[in-house]
Amino acid sequence: MREYFFWLTAWLPHNLQVTMWVLTKIVAILAPLMLCVAYFTFAERKLIGYMQIRVGPNRVGPRGWLQPIADALKLMMKEIIIPSRANRFLFLTAPLLSLGPALAAWAVIPFSDGLVLADIDAGLLYILALTSMGVYGVLVAGWASNSKYAFLGAMRCAAQIVAYEIAMGFALVGVLMVAGSLNLRDIVLGQSGSMLHWYWLPLLPLLVVYFIAGVAETNRAPFDVAEGESEIVAGFHVEYSGMAFAVFFLAEYANMILIAALTVLMFFGGWLPPLEVAPFTWLPPLMWFGVKTSLVAFLFLWFRATFPRYRYDQIMRLGWKVLIPITLLWIVVLGMVKFYTPIGVWFA
Amino acid sequence: MLANYFPILLFIVVGLGVGAVAVSVGKVLAPHKPYDDKLAPYECGFEAFEDSRMKFDVRYYLVAILFIIFDLEIAFLFPWAIVLDEIGAFGFWAMMGFLAVLVVGFIYEWKKGALEWE
Repeated sequence: MREYFFWLTAWLPHNLQVTMWVLTKIVAILAPLMLCVAYFTFAERKLIGYMQIRVGPNRVGPRGWLQPIADALKLMMKEIIIPSRANRFLFLTAPLLSLGPALAAWAVIPFSDGLVLADIDAGLLYILALTSMGVYGVLVAGWASNSKYAFLGAMRCAAQIVAYEIAMGFALVGVLMVAGSLNLRDIVLGQSGSMLHWYWLPLLPLLVVYFIAGVAETNRAPFDVAEGESEIVAGFHVEYSGMAFAVFFLAEYANMILIAALTVLMFFGGWLPPLEVAPFTWLPPLMWFGVKTSLVAFLFLWFRATFPRYRYDQIMRLGWKVLIPITLLWIVVLGMVKFYTPIGVWFA
Repeated sequence: MLANYFPILLFIVVGLGVGAVAVSVGKVLAPHKPYDDKLAPYECGFEAFEDSRMKFDVRYYLVAILFIIFDLEIAFLFPWAIVLDEIGAFGFWAMMGFLAVLVVGFIYEWKKGALEWE
């Protein structure tokens, strides 16, 4: 495929060829991703509908399957209101700041062995850096809107994201201690064998912490006080409408899928099948990755349908006083197990 | 080596571009009929009382400062965790010493009530 592309564009300068080839690959990642995001919103409405014994959206297209497309068209036709007191430039930049990192993080996600845009050694560090960037979009949006609800939402959201980022970072340290590499491909290959070799087993407390922190980082229920529709209406994006709002929405859902994918890569063996025997190996690795990611992403929706919203002080207490001590303790335990017990060799 | 990072740079540009295109599409396709009441900041139907860039709780600053300390700690732990196999038990205990100092600080914060909210 690569040869064919380069043969077809042989009349172009080499640098331009390379750029175009990379752009093609980026589109090949982004287009399915955007489709997944669109249908993830549909899945959310349908699933929560069924969990509440309703049918969910079923009017647009057969069984409602065209609903996300109708939503997108509707949002495109809606006026983008820029409040009179807002800072126009920042107001319009904020959505980009939140969507950009949410998409760019996919550059280093390996979909199966070798199927990755950029196989860099600092993969996980890059992911951590980009997911941290998300908070800027929120802060800038809340500040630029110049509205009280937006401001309150942004403050809450920023404090919550930074608090849970620490727990998340410590959980990643545990993964690194076992995997010994920041390269996501190496992390997955370190888990090869069977389900029992996946890192969820030795890192079970960290898996729980990581996923809870992931839910809090994406501002999803039960940690969605930043949006808190019953008190501050929609939080940081209360002043946004039309496509400007849609971009925030896309970023939130893209981030959820990203957290699900990362959970799968670091704790559930990425593209590896649960057992390396016949019926499991029939499904191609890419499909395994998709299936696992979907299952983890499903948890986000399930949580939203099940748990009532936390109070803000409870959120902060959980982050600082429960999750951080657990991760710190487990790092010590991991080190001890690694150096002073025979099973340490098994995971190293 | 650096060539590996070119696709990433391009991806960041494209990622920002997707957002920019989406907002531009909205700008072009959607109607644009502003009037004073529509552009007023939303406050449940009331006139906005005062500037919304008001004073806010000092705790938010405190959280931000604590975050910087702990995030730096994580930045130290990352390279340590990668080379743990090579530096062995001595390296492990060295980092435990460092962590112990930080845990003392963490306990101090906790006892001082810096982690309380309300």
